[in-house]
Amino acid sequence: MTTAKRGLAVPDLSLVVLIGTTGSGKSTFARRHFLPTQIVSSDVCRGLVADDENDQSATPDAFDVLHYIAGKRLAAGRLTVVDATNVQPQARRSLIGLAREHDVLPVAIVLDVPEGVCARRNAERPDRADLPAHVIPRQRRELRRSLKSLEREGFRKVHILRGEEEVAAAEVVTERRYNDLRHLTGPFDIIGDVHGCRSELETLLGRLGYVLRRDPLGRPVDATHPEGRTAVFVGDLVDRGPDSPGVLRLVMGMVASGAALCVPGNHENKLGRYLGGRNVRNTHGLAETIEQLEKEDATDPAFRERVREFIASLVSHYVLDGGALVVCHAGLPEKYHGRTSGRVRSHALYGDTTGETDEFGLPVRYPWAEDYRGRAAVVYGHTPTPRASWLNNTICLDTGCVFGGRMTALRWPERELVDVPAERVWYEPVKPLATEGPGGADGRPLDLKDVQGRRVVETRHMGRVAVKEENAAAALEVMSRFAIDPRLLPYLPPTMAPCATSREPGYLEHPAEAFAAYRADGVREVVCEEKHMGSRAVVLVCRDEEVAGERFGTLEGVSGALCTRTGRPFFDDPAMTERVLRRLRGTIGHEGLWEELDTDWLLLDAELMPWSLKAEGLLRNQYAAVGAAAGAAFPGALAALESAAARGVEVTALLGKQRERASDAAAFTEAYRRYCWPVGDPRRGWPGEERETGRRAVGARGTDGLDGIRLAPFQILAARGRSLAALPHDQQLAMIDRLIEREELDVYANNSICAFTPTYVNRLLAPTRRLVVDTEDEASVAEGVRWWLELTEAGGEGMVVKPLQGLVRKGDGRLVQPGVKCRGREYLRIIYGPEYTRPEHLDRLRERHLGHKRSLALREYALGLEALDRLADGEPLWRVHEAVFGVLALESEPVDPRL
Amino acid sequence: MFLTISTTGTAERPATDLGFLLHKHPDNAQRFSTSHGTAHVFYPEADTERCTAALLLEVDPVALVRRGRGKGRGGAPDAALGNYVNDRPYAASSLLAVALSSVFSSALKGRCKARPELPERAMPLRIEVPALPARGGAELVVRLFEPLGWAVTAEPVPLDPGFPQWGDSRYVRLVLEGELRLAEALRQLYVLLPVLDDAKHYWVAPDEVDKLLASGEGWLEHHPEQRLITSRYLARRWSLTRSALERLELVRLAEADDTEVEEIDNAVDERHDTEEKPVPLAVRRREAILDALRSAEAARVLDLGCGQGQLVGALLEDPRFTEIVGVDVSMRALNEAARRLRLDRMGERRSSRVKLLQGSLAYTDGRLRGYDAAVLSEVIEHLDPPRLPALEYAVFGAARPRTVVVTTPNVEYNVRWETLPAGRARHPDHRFEWTREEFRGWARAVAARHGYAVEFRPVGPDDPEVGPPTQLALFRLGAEASAGTRTETSTGTRAETSTETHSSTTTDTTTAKETAA
Repeated sequence: MTTAKRGLAVPDLSLVVLIGTTGSGKSTFARRHFLPTQIVSSDVCRGLVADDENDQSATPDAFDVLHYIAGKRLAAGRLTVVDATNVQPQARRSLIGLAREHDVLPVAIVLDVPEGVCARRNAERPDRADLPAHVIPRQRRELRRSLKSLEREGFRKVHILRGEEEVAAAEVVTERRYNDLRHLTGPFDIIGDVHGCRSELETLLGRLGYVLRRDPLGRPVDATHPEGRTAVFVGDLVDRGPDSPGVLRLVMGMVASGAALCVPGNHENKLGRYLGGRNVRNTHGLAETIEQLEKEDATDPAFRERVREFIASLVSHYVLDGGALVVCHAGLPEKYHGRTSGRVRSHALYGDTTGETDEFGLPVRYPWAEDYRGRAAVVYGHTPTPRASWLNNTICLDTGCVFGGRMTALRWPERELVDVPAERVWYEPVKPLATEGPGGADGRPLDLKDVQGRRVVETRHMGRVAVKEENAAAALEVMSRFAIDPRLLPYLPPTMAPCATSREPGYLEHPAEAFAAYRADGVREVVCEEKHMGSRAVVLVCRDEEVAGERFGTLEGVSGALCTRTGRPFFDDPAMTERVLRRLRGTIGHEGLWEELDTDWLLLDAELMPWSLKAEGLLRNQYAAVGAAAGAAFPGALAALESAAARGVEVTALLGKQRERASDAAAFTEAYRRYCWPVGDPRRGWPGEERETGRRAVGARGTDGLDGIRLAPFQILAARGRSLAALPHDQQLAMIDRLIEREELDVYANNSICAFTPTYVNRLLAPTRRLVVDTEDEASVAEGVRWWLELTEAGGEGMVVKPLQGLVRKGDGRLVQPGVKCRGREYLRIIYGPEYTRPEHLDRLRERHLGHKRSLALREYALGLEALDRLADGEPLWRVHEAVFGVLALESEPVDPRL
Repeated sequence: MFLTISTTGTAERPATDLGFLLHKHPDNAQRFSTSHGTAHVFYPEADTERCTAALLLEVDPVALVRRGRGKGRGGAPDAALGNYVNDRPYAASSLLAVALSSVFSSALKGRCKARPELPERAMPLRIEVPALPARGGAELVVRLFEPLGWAVTAEPVPLDPGFPQWGDSRYVRLVLEGELRLAEALRQLYVLLPVLDDAKHYWVAPDEVDKLLASGEGWLEHHPEQRLITSRYLARRWSLTRSALERLELVRLAEADDTEVEEIDNAVDERHDTEEKPVPLAVRRREAILDALRSAEAARVLDLGCGQGQLVGALLEDPRFTEIVGVDVSMRALNEAARRLRLDRMGERRSSRVKLLQGSLAYTDGRLRGYDAAVLSEVIEHLDPPRLPALEYAVFGAARPRTVVVTTPNVEYNVRWETLPAGRARHPDHRFEWTREEFRGWARAVAARHGYAVEFRPVGPDDPEVGPPTQLALFRLGAEASAGTRTETSTGTRAETSTETHSSTTTDTTTAKETAA
């Protein structure tokens, strides 16, 4: 090759339009310079729709397909090359439209090859041999006509390659977009709107640890951070404030030295137009800036021009830190991140003020941040707010310094806010500072898009957790029709897997398996907690109604919630819920836990008893019915067999077996009966506690209607500003024990002879018996097994084995099961049927597949933790709800319900 | 699982003839393998005077569960619930009927090679079924067996003697006495055991109608309860095919909560509101809604909480409604609506006017914006009151159609329903029923908050004392709508007006008129 290589600059995200007559070598050129997947060819599309790449009648459909594919690629942010003749302006116009629609730059590469060459090439291709002779000359005429107007048509770069040699010598050079600074990882200090408040800016930079460099006149001209941090200004450096030139001098110096990045604000944009000689109105503080700049002219006449150049050089937004951070002035929806177009720039500078009105004539207000679902954090300014706070992974740092507010900076990636107060009100605000969105961070009500369809929830502890569409659909129905107000539902408990299936004769579940499993996962200390046979309950208890209203947005008369594991209210009567909450709140208060945990609300995971309270329908129609049928059928059958045997018919084996079955059925009835007792009877408390309550006449004093109801809290999930899910279980239970003891004293005092309280009360809180086991110590494991046997033989449901430390990970970083259940032999009759212990049944039942249940338990656990973390971080309601909804949806996944 | 058949006899006609009829020797205990377990036949007594044959079916509970799973979850609708711990091993269910027909198949057909004259003969029979599942109770058992010539004793079995407050179970202890041909008696049991059981654990084969005809020959055609028997016997087929898929997720959620699935999966009310027998009030309601929509000149209409699509169907009949969107939170209701509307067979032009979406008014929903009108017909009372503000915002704040029609029961009228016990709601899922004043208070507050004007209309006979059975509120966006001189052209001014309405208090029609006067 004689010609030197020629580089063709192509932005790394652009729509490259090849232009050339048929036979000009476009496809060859495309294959040589781009990935096969980047090329969308009209010939291929023609083939796709018509089975013939040269079928001209298929052209319109082929181009529809081409546009569709190219559109999908551009939407996903992928460089796309269109391989079609594109010699006609209307063909190019639609491609330019496509590029604009996806906010990418259109680039033209023209292959201007002589007719003869093209004709020769076509002749060599059998499929194009019968191409009419006039086609190439016509296309070439069209091409020549187009060449001059390509830039006017909207192509941002035009490369024209004349002749075969230039085509051969060309080399495509992809260049990074100006806004793409993903390779810069900071750490950054992002600084909100300055508006000429130089002094506060100096103070803020000092607070952030920057060292100012001053010129001989003492004016700051640069600032660097000893740890190499980079400052990022979100724009609106100028106007309104006392020293816009001083701010510009400092920021321009920092940008020039590489200590800072800066994006333009609408005020820079306007100043730039003024400095460029355009006619602008001197409003919104521009007049002050112009005046200040004029003073500057005396000492530094070139300053004005440097400012103009600086503003002209600013890029409307930056994508930083591997794509995790986007900085711009007025906010940017995700589809504009890293894109380049007029409307992206306009949104970045002004936000969405299109001036449109909807069909009812109401102006379209586009609260882009409320809709934001992007993975990148968007940090911006522009709208003065009293306090910077995160909303959907976006944060506005304009805290109105110039109006007498504060100047705020965000440390990234630490996500720490640093601010300094304004020294004075520099500029009277037109209206007082107020948050724009109603209700602040929680301003947006839940939207269907937050939950519907197939969704993926990002979790801190397990990465992405997928929710299938059909499960979301079922959860939507239950959540909408039956659940309590989502604001009061910041958590749903995860399902729990049973321990591995035991081979121990007569047992399906045995604690030895649970201990062995945790030992294998490297968990040494586990706590065995008695499993209460009630119904799972999540309790949100607030210190008072006001707290509930303020933090959870509840209505009057509601001070918390008590819901089941699918979010349904536990009691149909809200007054019952309030009664339970009142008791609990009193106990928490007397014990001083509000102060100790520095909170005014608590979220508890608990079991509410008796089982029959919530599950009576199920008990009657499913369980008692089975007992009734068995009880009615066996006496007759046994009598008949006995008579037959007496007649000498050989039925001995059959009779023996039926006797065993009858006794299994009786054991089944016994098993469920243990978990049923009536409530609301003041003479009864907890079974076995009748003595305590029976000491004195109750009737005269009435009751609080909670008699017989017992609540066994076993974990404090969250308090104000923090999740307590990772707090070790011994510490959790120690706090809960204190509540139980406190309640016992309170109840004793209330019920004592000399008390004048109007109500006789039974205890509400129930303790959870437990034992700590060392899985490495044989004696301790044996003790655990013995404890379980005693517990279950005395009628207990079983136990839950949990790592004592709460949240534990395996060596490979994956979560360990937060707990496994070990259900008692008799209790399992309720689950597997009266006769499950018969060896022929047990052997088959042992083939149970635990994999899915275990995975489900972990996924729900991760979602539950995520909900608590989001709640603790003060994230908006939809974020918390997304995770909670995920737990509910997963609960509808198909898994053996006996596990 | 167990039943006995006894007869009495004399020296000429010994009771042990029963053995010939049943083809089972009285001195042997025999076992037979059937599709659901092992059946045993033995005779506790067998002499000239008395002979009793016992059939004991040992249902294999583990296999029962596995069968459900093996068939695929679509094959057994409530495989997830109930099958694990269920009464099949103990009750005289449809499984026992199947065993009966296979173990005593010749007797059922009335064949007896050894003694061909025997089957033709009526004989004194006593049949005992100690645990008969009977939906409809002892009373229905009597109604089913007595017309066939039996003296019936049916005693209810208590659910649990330890909990007398739970009452009776659905089982009865049944004794039938009468003089019948054995084949006939067995065929009656074969049909009536599953009819009484009325459970869905029974695999219905396509030839089920033929089986019913064959087994019912000679007795079913004249039975006074023929309709009930046939519909129950065959109804199971429908429930299997129709509701199989969409319920399972809900079944699992019910199960997670120790709840019966009927408590959650109750969006489709199969018993009361059927295609064949629409409730008359529902027809009046639809007419009132259509009137309201027509007067509002609405063309693009949302039916929020469309249920089984009755209103959507009515809207489709009128071409002025060019776009009809039915929204419901229950997939089951939507599938039922699609089936009733015959969406899959509808012509393109017609079907292009209608769309069914799963949605929830507990959430804002962008898809619902920009419609002329929305209907909330008998919807709000299915929501717990604390969740009404979310619905209010989703409809009036976010979707914001020009017109909203809300209907809800008027609880004052309940005293006029003779069949409705005092204090009881009209539907078990109603979370509240409002008086006229309560409804109006709510509607006026909603209208004031969102810039609508509201007027109220009666649906059904407007009783001078207690008002109409259904109350309807018609909301129109913008205060000027109330005077009936709506301007729909100048969008700019409308915007301003509606903003003003937010702060003004005169939103109700009557108040607005009074103020004007």
